[in-house]
Amino acid sequence: MNKLGRAIHNIHAADAGRQGRAGAVHPLARLLVALWYAVAVVSFGRYDIAGLSGMLPYLLIFGIWDGISVKDMAGRIFPVLVLTGIAGAANPFLDREVYWRIGQNGVTGGMISMATLMLKGIFCAASSYLLMWEIGMEGICYSLRCLHVPKEFVTALLLIYRYLIVLLKEAERMMQAYKLRAPGQRGIHIKAWGAFVGQLLLRSIDRAETVYESMLLRGYHGEFAGKYFRWEKGISISYVLLWGMAIACFRAVPVFELTGNLLQRI
Amino acid sequence: MHMADALVTPVVAGTMYACSGAAMAYSIRKVRLENDARKIPVIGVMGAFVFAAQMINFSIPGTGSSGHLCGGMLLSAVLGPEAGFLAMIGVLLVQCLMFADGGLLALGCNIWNMAFYGCFIGAMVIWRQIMKRGISKRKIAAASVLGCMATLQLGAFSVTLETLASGVTELPFAAFAAVMQPIHLAIGLVEGLITAAVLCFIYEARPELLWGHTGWAGCGQKQGEEGKKGRFTYKGTVAALLAAAAVTGGLLSLAASSDPDGLEWSMERVAETSELEAEGRAYEMAGRVQETTAVLPDYAWKNSESAAGTAFSGIVGGAAVILLCVGCSFLFRFFRNRAAKNE
Repeated sequence: MNKLGRAIHNIHAADAGRQGRAGAVHPLARLLVALWYAVAVVSFGRYDIAGLSGMLPYLLIFGIWDGISVKDMAGRIFPVLVLTGIAGAANPFLDREVYWRIGQNGVTGGMISMATLMLKGIFCAASSYLLMWEIGMEGICYSLRCLHVPKEFVTALLLIYRYLIVLLKEAERMMQAYKLRAPGQRGIHIKAWGAFVGQLLLRSIDRAETVYESMLLRGYHGEFAGKYFRWEKGISISYVLLWGMAIACFRAVPVFELTGNLLQRI
Repeated sequence: MHMADALVTPVVAGTMYACSGAAMAYSIRKVRLENDARKIPVIGVMGAFVFAAQMINFSIPGTGSSGHLCGGMLLSAVLGPEAGFLAMIGVLLVQCLMFADGGLLALGCNIWNMAFYGCFIGAMVIWRQIMKRGISKRKIAAASVLGCMATLQLGAFSVTLETLASGVTELPFAAFAAVMQPIHLAIGLVEGLITAAVLCFIYEARPELLWGHTGWAGCGQKQGEEGKKGRFTYKGTVAALLAAAAVTGGLLSLAASSDPDGLEWSMERVAETSELEAEGRAYEMAGRVQETTAVLPDYAWKNSESAAGTAFSGIVGGAAVILLCVGCSFLFRFFRNRAAKNE
């Protein structure tokens, strides 16, 4: 499957996964908790891999509750792993101070900091994936409106998302047609660079005009109606408070080590 | 060039969110002033177009590799800088949430690095100046290539600064910049050529679509309002951008200095060196909890008598906590599904 095909598949999969799943928690509550989690994760020190691993339960709990496929999530996170790996690749060579010893082999600070960086990347990307899985782009837009982000931006964002699949399919069709006429060629030839995307752009602009006219006919007055979310105030506030405290607790206290010591004493 | 969350600290991420937020507020104000309801759907569809177009690979002759077009320059050449900036933010947000291209926390950095430079510097400083005395294909090609290269260089430099301010890499500044800048110079050249090809095609097919084609429209004015002078002069715009750059630089340096350094904290906790003090209430609170409960023995790793025991504690504790979480989660899901079935 090519890049365009993968993108279309991912959007369909995310939408299909969310179908029929209603929650009593306000999308903004979920967004705030996900952001708080990301802040907690990235605030760990570069050598604090033990403390950082204590942030795993959040992902496990939500992953299981939502029935998320580990394979799908891993596929989505893999590019982040590569990126953070590249960013931290110099660390093992420049920071050679030995922190741990496993038998005769020393584990240097650079190795730990690189692993910590990659783990942070995995955790943050996974939490974003969970957030999208739970509330989707509609929920994100709804949350942004609740935060009083101007309606112009939120409407544009919702339209980008809604028309993404249409334009991706359009681009895929054009790519397929091009490939059939130029078999074995990698990418679009230099002679066709302008005409190929230019045609797509002109079609998009024409489509935008049609979209706008259709919206006017259906009573568009500057605000694009998003999906309606049913939520309960008490549950949403409790959700933010409880998860906020839980994440703060996992950030502040080395829970894994405390539990281990407690178990050993017992 | 999309930055992941792991590459930034909360302080750097927050600072960049503030900078990008200010640019976004300015853009929304300008779009509102235009009072053109048609513009919002166009922003939406153009954002989706850029997203789709960036997934098309263009073969680069003689190299065997491929590239894609530069979204910021293309959007601002068609929509103008403010509307283009909003469309780019939308694209970056969708990329971040749907495709894990860049992190949610690092979104402020990504908006600044890719959308701000591409739309504002590219459009206002480069495109606008080159097209001042009319548009031609040669000028479009020059503006596109120069704009993409310059804005990508600025973006790459910002990535270097943000990463170093966050302290996630051991690479010194000069070495990091020496790696980042030349790569993005080549990428900028290719992206500029592709963008130029597309914009030249638009110029031939539908020239009225290009920003400032029918007489120069000033910042924030409607496209096609001939003869009206912009509210910002070129010198004023450059001065404002320089001031913004200076303020941003200052904020970044403040962020770098006030940012709790992971090494310092780790040295105190791991190596027990007295030279470095742990910072932050969280660490102090963790320390107090450990002292008062007396459950946790000294868990220093280096030169510690209880290193093996500590590691063992961590592994046992981690396994126990994970098992507990997994067990409870499955139980919760089981009861929830059963309740749903009964309904």
